[in-house]
Amino acid sequence: MTEKKIRILVAKPGLDSHDRGAKVVARALRDAGMEVIYTGLRQTPEQIVETVLQEDVDVLGLSILSGAHMTHFPKIMNLMKQKDLKDVLVFAGGIIPEEDIEPLQKLGIREIFGPGTPTETVIDFVKKNVQKSR
Amino acid sequence: MTDQEELDKVIKEQERWEETTVPSWLKRHPERKKKFHNISELPIRRLYTPADTKNISYLRDIGFSGEFPFTRGVHATMYRGRLWTMRQFSGFGTAEQTNKRFKYLLKEGETGLSIAFDYPTIMGYDSDDPMSIGEVGRCGVAIASLKDFETLFDGIPLDKVTTSMTINGPAAMLLAMYIAIGDKQGVPYAVLGGTTQNDLLKEFFAQKLCIFPPRPSVKLVTDIVEFCTSNLPRWNPISVSGYHIREAGSNALQELAFTIYDGISYVEAALERGLEVDEFAPRLSFFFASHNDLFEEIAKFRAARRLWARLMKDRFHARKARSMWMRMHVQTSGCTLTANQPLNNIIRVTIQSLAAILGGTQSLHTNSHDEALCLPSEKAVRIALRIQQIIAHESGVPNTIDPVGGSYYVETLTNQLEEKAMDYIDKIDSMGGVYEAIERGFFQKEIADSAYKYQKEIDGNERTLVSVNKYCIEEPECPIELLRVDPAVEEQQISRLEKLRRERNKTKVKQALNKLHDEADKNSNLMPTIIETVKAYATLGEICSVLRGVYGEYKELIVI
Repeated sequence: MTEKKIRILVAKPGLDSHDRGAKVVARALRDAGMEVIYTGLRQTPEQIVETVLQEDVDVLGLSILSGAHMTHFPKIMNLMKQKDLKDVLVFAGGIIPEEDIEPLQKLGIREIFGPGTPTETVIDFVKKNVQKSR
Repeated sequence: MTDQEELDKVIKEQERWEETTVPSWLKRHPERKKKFHNISELPIRRLYTPADTKNISYLRDIGFSGEFPFTRGVHATMYRGRLWTMRQFSGFGTAEQTNKRFKYLLKEGETGLSIAFDYPTIMGYDSDDPMSIGEVGRCGVAIASLKDFETLFDGIPLDKVTTSMTINGPAAMLLAMYIAIGDKQGVPYAVLGGTTQNDLLKEFFAQKLCIFPPRPSVKLVTDIVEFCTSNLPRWNPISVSGYHIREAGSNALQELAFTIYDGISYVEAALERGLEVDEFAPRLSFFFASHNDLFEEIAKFRAARRLWARLMKDRFHARKARSMWMRMHVQTSGCTLTANQPLNNIIRVTIQSLAAILGGTQSLHTNSHDEALCLPSEKAVRIALRIQQIIAHESGVPNTIDPVGGSYYVETLTNQLEEKAMDYIDKIDSMGGVYEAIERGFFQKEIADSAYKYQKEIDGNERTLVSVNKYCIEEPECPIELLRVDPAVEEQQISRLEKLRRERNKTKVKQALNKLHDEADKNSNLMPTIIETVKAYATLGEICSVLRGVYGEYKELIVI
């Protein structure tokens, strides 16, 4: 029996238009055999959580480089809770200062990847952690 | 001995060298790699000799600075006369904070201003729009109306500085605000100098900060070109930008080709508007990135100048030399900065700056070493500016024109990049032009493929990045102090905006916005109406919302 493919949503919240990293990660995850959906730019927290629900994904990857993460991420995590999407594995990437990492992890974002992270690290992280929540 | 005999001899001797000296050395000392190539994937030979440049004609292809084809520089004496403009892109928080930063930079020897706007301003939303939550003043300065702009330029005389504005969708509105400040300071139009980026085409496939669809976007671009041509003789209405194409992931060749193609498209739009090429072309300016490969970058700048000059002459039949000038601003490449061991970035920026100056730029921004982590702190931006000042005053590099011109390697690369960029231009022509290429996702796919390839090379250790995949160390904590934008900025900005809405003349605002709505539908130039609207203290969000209603909004074409 073949294993079910991991479904993952890569999302860009807020007005930030730096999508190079998000696209590279999306493609690397796809090349690693996952089903990847990319939202495109400028998604509101509501739109992102709605897509998580509609697409029934196992994983949500958030990318933000504008500095607005402390506004958008808590909102997204709250909505996820409200919609009972606690089982979805969430990670984030972008320009996120050290001191914000712990508060974000407390909200349930499992890992934060900074600039220079190899795509392999992200792939391994997803593979290793998604099993637990599926 | 004739030149031809000498060249034949060189070719013969080179063959001998390859067959004897090199192999015997290689036996004991193999080369570091099987194949050497640059980021544009052009193979790099072991040694360049006159054999490589044998088809280059000095007078036809290289020539003299200040003369066609401008390979060696647009100005006759280059930096022996005036140094490049040291122009640091900056902006964060409120207009007061950025005004303070501007004054600091001018005091430290900066010679031109460059404004970074926050995302709400760039996207044409007011600071209190729901879309703006969390973004106000984060990535640049928040400008919601002329009121904020007045604060931004408080105590900065516009007849003494030139200002570059990284603004695209709302370029006309920000230019209108600049004109309004000039009017208040009593600076005549003829004296106002600066640049609006106003390059909308690259927004659709690179920077992706577009408000309106491509055709109305280019209508507004052309309105600015036309307005500046008749009213602001010292203003660069467009800065055709390769920087964002490169940052989005392209290689040097794609950056060169796509930027030039955007330039061609703006010339065509202005000609269609009925302008004469020699009226507007002298004020077109360009903006490139300077990435890591020193000689590839130098060659890119030289090739860009020559290719543009040739296109202006042959394709558009420009007659004035100035119409063929490619004047450029360069910014060192942000995506090359590393978050690990951030002080190493100072060294990267130094090498990239050297490429820009050896490449003959007119203006330069040096990135700060902390920019993979945050917006630049005051200390970091000062060091970044010092890089330029050290190159300018200590290195001796600016003392002669185009010092690398004539290098067998650089001239060969310059030729290769020009030729291959021309292949891309022919390809896009045959697709039917820039709009068709955008609609097909051609640029988007090219850029995404290059970005992915570059990342794969790093991940696979085929490309070494110091402190990323080699020479990594454990850094227990960040070794530098970071700038944080105070979240209270958003509230301050919103209350300023509320105050403005209470105090301004509401009837005047309404009339101005109604007029704008009527004019936007017509084919007339919108600039005069936008100036009136801005002067009535209509907000940027109100103006853009009127235009969104008329022109529609662009929906991104997603290409991974």
